[in-house]
Amino acid sequence: MKKIYLLLAFLIPVSLVAQDDLLSLLGEDKTIDYATASFKTNRVVNGHSIENTAAGVLDFKISHRFTPLRQGIYDLFGLDGASIRFGLDYGINDRLMIGVGRSTREKMFDGFAKFKILRQSTGARNMPITLSYLTDVQIKSVKFADQTRENHFSDRLFYTHQLLIGRKFGERLSLQLMPTLVHRNLTTTPDDKNDVFAAGIAGRFKLTKRVAFNIEYYYVPEGQIVTDYTNCLSVGFDIETGGHVFQLHFTNSADMNYKGFITETTEPWFYEGADGNMLSGIRFGFNISRVFTLKKPKGLE
Amino acid sequence: MKKLMLVLFASVTMAANLSAQNFFTRDGKIKFDATAANSPEKIEALSKTATCVLKTTDGAMQWAVLFKSFTFEKTLMGEHFNENYVESSKYPKATFTGKITNLQEVNLTKDGTYNAVVTGKMSVHGVTKDVTTNGAITVGGGMIKINAGFTLNLADYNIDIPSLVSDKVAHDVKILIDAPLKPMN
Repeated sequence: MKKIYLLLAFLIPVSLVAQDDLLSLLGEDKTIDYATASFKTNRVVNGHSIENTAAGVLDFKISHRFTPLRQGIYDLFGLDGASIRFGLDYGINDRLMIGVGRSTREKMFDGFAKFKILRQSTGARNMPITLSYLTDVQIKSVKFADQTRENHFSDRLFYTHQLLIGRKFGERLSLQLMPTLVHRNLTTTPDDKNDVFAAGIAGRFKLTKRVAFNIEYYYVPEGQIVTDYTNCLSVGFDIETGGHVFQLHFTNSADMNYKGFITETTEPWFYEGADGNMLSGIRFGFNISRVFTLKKPKGLE
Repeated sequence: MKKLMLVLFASVTMAANLSAQNFFTRDGKIKFDATAANSPEKIEALSKTATCVLKTTDGAMQWAVLFKSFTFEKTLMGEHFNENYVESSKYPKATFTGKITNLQEVNLTKDGTYNAVVTGKMSVHGVTKDVTTNGAITVGGGMIKINAGFTLNLADYNIDIPSLVSDKVAHDVKILIDAPLKPMN
């Protein structure tokens, strides 16, 4: 009996080679398969997504938020008035990206850096989530409203720190959570907190290969802002056409900067006005992204 | 007992022989060119991690390449390639299983350059097709080098080219293979 086992043991290598699957001789695949394209661009609507601009790629963004739709046909459903942001994003490597922007609201300059700490992957390394850290500074350059008081440059500054924890669930669905801290050096009233915590949640659902539906909501726990504010909710569609991504959305914020849409959104999607009529704070808006490859990837012959 | 020893000896030597008769690579180069005739931009990509095993006794070979391993000049092209065209999350790799059919003209144990005809089944994007192509096989220095070029029709593999980009992306993709195979022990 022992001998037969011995014989079998020697026969095993033969039968391995005899089978059709020659590649199995190479053993297991040892590559790391990173989840890609969890979102179409590095923004969901107003805030960031877990995606980065690719290394060596410059992303030029033009974004508009119009006045509320309720203005009706006289204002072409709000299109007559727009708040605008122009921005440039650049991917330094696969993990780090930076960006700058200028918005019409409060003549705001902004700059940010976003770093991928963990990247969702399967294969040789299993990582269930992508984790990014975003830091953002905003500089309000509009003239101080009250020129008689003592104004400091530091009064113009706002900072954001954000963690983006996201996961691509299969091909269509991606979700992310965004715990966020906005620091305001100067607040409207002494009772307003300088540090405002917000919890964001966002998702992407791919409808077709080139169209996706996005939703983004930032919740600000009460007791931090005493001036008039409401939580910001945005929904939109990403439409991809070659080198462009068109993001068309509805939101209740006129601001595209963190400090603005988290702490200064005032009109809810639907609310009762002073005269008892139902009003809506929904605005139309868009982001257009156009990418340019500045540095080609290495390793192309 | 003598008989048993003989059988044992035979299987040991057979196993040893067979394993030395397999040649392989993990870093074969596969390049494709899907640039349409009048396209303003080049649509080319290169993978340097194609795998191949060739069995010299009967000329059987098997290839695999991960779609995500292709590098493009523009990262966005790579994203579109994976997301919209080959759908690499559903179909992660291209595979080919085939055989050198003119083995009488190709001596894989003798140094030299041979014209090989390879026939087999190519699987891309969930579609498997019979493919026949010519390639050059160079035997020398203990290595077997495979060079081949062929064309693959995207429609054959259910890969749609939307009209919006049909002036850029060709319907027939030129593929070049360059793979030096080492002996496997």
